[in-house]
Amino acid sequence: MLTEEERLEIIAELRHHTHKHAACIEALKIVQRHRGWVSDEIRDIADILEMTPEELDGIATFYSLIFRRPVGKHVILICDSVSCWIMESDSIRDHLTKRLGINPGETSADGRFTLLPVACLGACDRAPAMMIDEKLFTDLTPEKIDEILGEYR
Amino acid sequence: MKGEEMERPLTGGIRPDGEPLTLEEYEATGGYEALRKALHDMRPEEVRDAVSRSNLRGRGGAGFPTGQKWSFMPPRDDVRRPRYLITNADEMEPGTFKDRLLLEGNPHQMIEGIVVSAFALEVDIAYIFLRWEYRSSAERLARAIREAYEKEYLGSRIQGSQYSLELFLHVSAGRYICGEETAMLNALEGRRPIPRAKPPHPQVSGLWGMPTIINNAETLCNVPHIVRNGVDWFRGLSHTEEGGTKIYGVSGRVKRPGAWELPMGTTIREILEEHAGGMAEGFAFRGVIPGGASTDFLIGEHLDVRMDYESVQKVGSRMGTGTMIVLDNRTCPVGLVHNLEQFFARESCGWCTPCRESLPWVVKILGALEEGKGEDGDIEILEEQARLLGPGNTFCALAPGAVEPLQSALTYFREDFERHIREKRCPWKNGKDRVGKNRW
Repeated sequence: MLTEEERLEIIAELRHHTHKHAACIEALKIVQRHRGWVSDEIRDIADILEMTPEELDGIATFYSLIFRRPVGKHVILICDSVSCWIMESDSIRDHLTKRLGINPGETSADGRFTLLPVACLGACDRAPAMMIDEKLFTDLTPEKIDEILGEYR
Repeated sequence: MKGEEMERPLTGGIRPDGEPLTLEEYEATGGYEALRKALHDMRPEEVRDAVSRSNLRGRGGAGFPTGQKWSFMPPRDDVRRPRYLITNADEMEPGTFKDRLLLEGNPHQMIEGIVVSAFALEVDIAYIFLRWEYRSSAERLARAIREAYEKEYLGSRIQGSQYSLELFLHVSAGRYICGEETAMLNALEGRRPIPRAKPPHPQVSGLWGMPTIINNAETLCNVPHIVRNGVDWFRGLSHTEEGGTKIYGVSGRVKRPGAWELPMGTTIREILEEHAGGMAEGFAFRGVIPGGASTDFLIGEHLDVRMDYESVQKVGSRMGTGTMIVLDNRTCPVGLVHNLEQFFARESCGWCTPCRESLPWVVKILGALEEGKGEDGDIEILEEQARLLGPGNTFCALAPGAVEPLQSALTYFREDFERHIREKRCPWKNGKDRVGKNRW
């Protein structure tokens, strides 16, 4: 079941659209904001949008930033595109996997962090770059990673 | 307007501290004057004509003349309504970081660009399609849109004229393919965002089947300046026939990576040496991908080529987004192309068979070369795939773009590919060439 709050937020979003299903990305993001991910309540979202659950799931799973599985409290998006790669983002990724004890695509045992690769973050002049939740971090070094992770402990 | 802003109209007013210009600050630099001029003193076709004569070309990568694209919009006696204008701010081409500068630094310029262009195209509803990761752009644009509505730069009867426009900010959720214009239409309609077959083109049958124009963010930011300062001024900004300035960028092992607004047609050498400060200490230049991941490599002999659409095309590449990625002597070209193809294989939407099936094959071969498992014949397979993925075999430009850096790397760095096979290893992975790190 969606919470009343989630339901009302989705319904409010419908006002901006002449076709209900055009609000589907916003609706998925609303639920993800509340839960961290989009659970099988996707059926209820589909109901509101007058879509079939399969249709909505086909859209949800297409987008890399809609999560259909639980994620950690913080999501780390590490850029693996070319400019960061030239600036040795692979050593940043290796440092993160060592520090967190997880590979890209996994969530740490304490449930704090999920590590995901992301397409070019458009911060190529300050490479390597990553985001934690909504915040961008640039010019990364292993030392800087340690400092940043400390803030999220 | 100060002299600096006349030379660098898009970025001259942006604050050095990175904070966005407020509405008042933007108005103080002459902001929204072009909108008032267009609404009160010009007819839509006069604005369209000015944009045509300015020789403004699309800044998203393809370089299509903006005025010509606009001319494909059906005339106003076409009864279909509403008509749409979509700003493509889904900047996700690897190595590209130019629209971010405009969206974060001067969101009202973006809005004015949209409203003036929408007026010219007699559009009723406009969207900004923004990638999710641009969080501060999202926040700043949302605030600027609210302010613009309050001051009647948006909404009904803008600035007391007969013209009305609604503007919505659509924040997406990842996937490079959403930047492809017809996939973007599907995304906005709440469908799975795969490209559509063309024709019909969006100008004729776009969002919800209505007439729709999709322009890149940087492209639209130019329009108010053309209206305010005139076509001759705009063309005079450029070193070549293609009007205006361009935001060029450089990333990789250079002294000062960054982005700069310079006259259109500035040479690659000037951008790399004067603005990016040349190669970083201990690194030598080997090549450059001139305009984002999906453009062909250029090498030393091309450094004096002017960065505009026609000049770069003449030497076998594309200016693309104008943001360059530099290949240095301590980075393996095969490894770099492997990284690019991994990106394209992952981001393929899977609709067309060649793109879905071939790109992973290309990735597999490049990965094998990097691991010292390359075999005779691999280079020939890569060449064949590059040919088969070229223009005409897929619905959109993802696959043809993906093979541009591959085919040119096979030309310019062929010896490096051959060495991987001959020596059964990546020559860069010996703990010395790749700086500070033993990759084994």
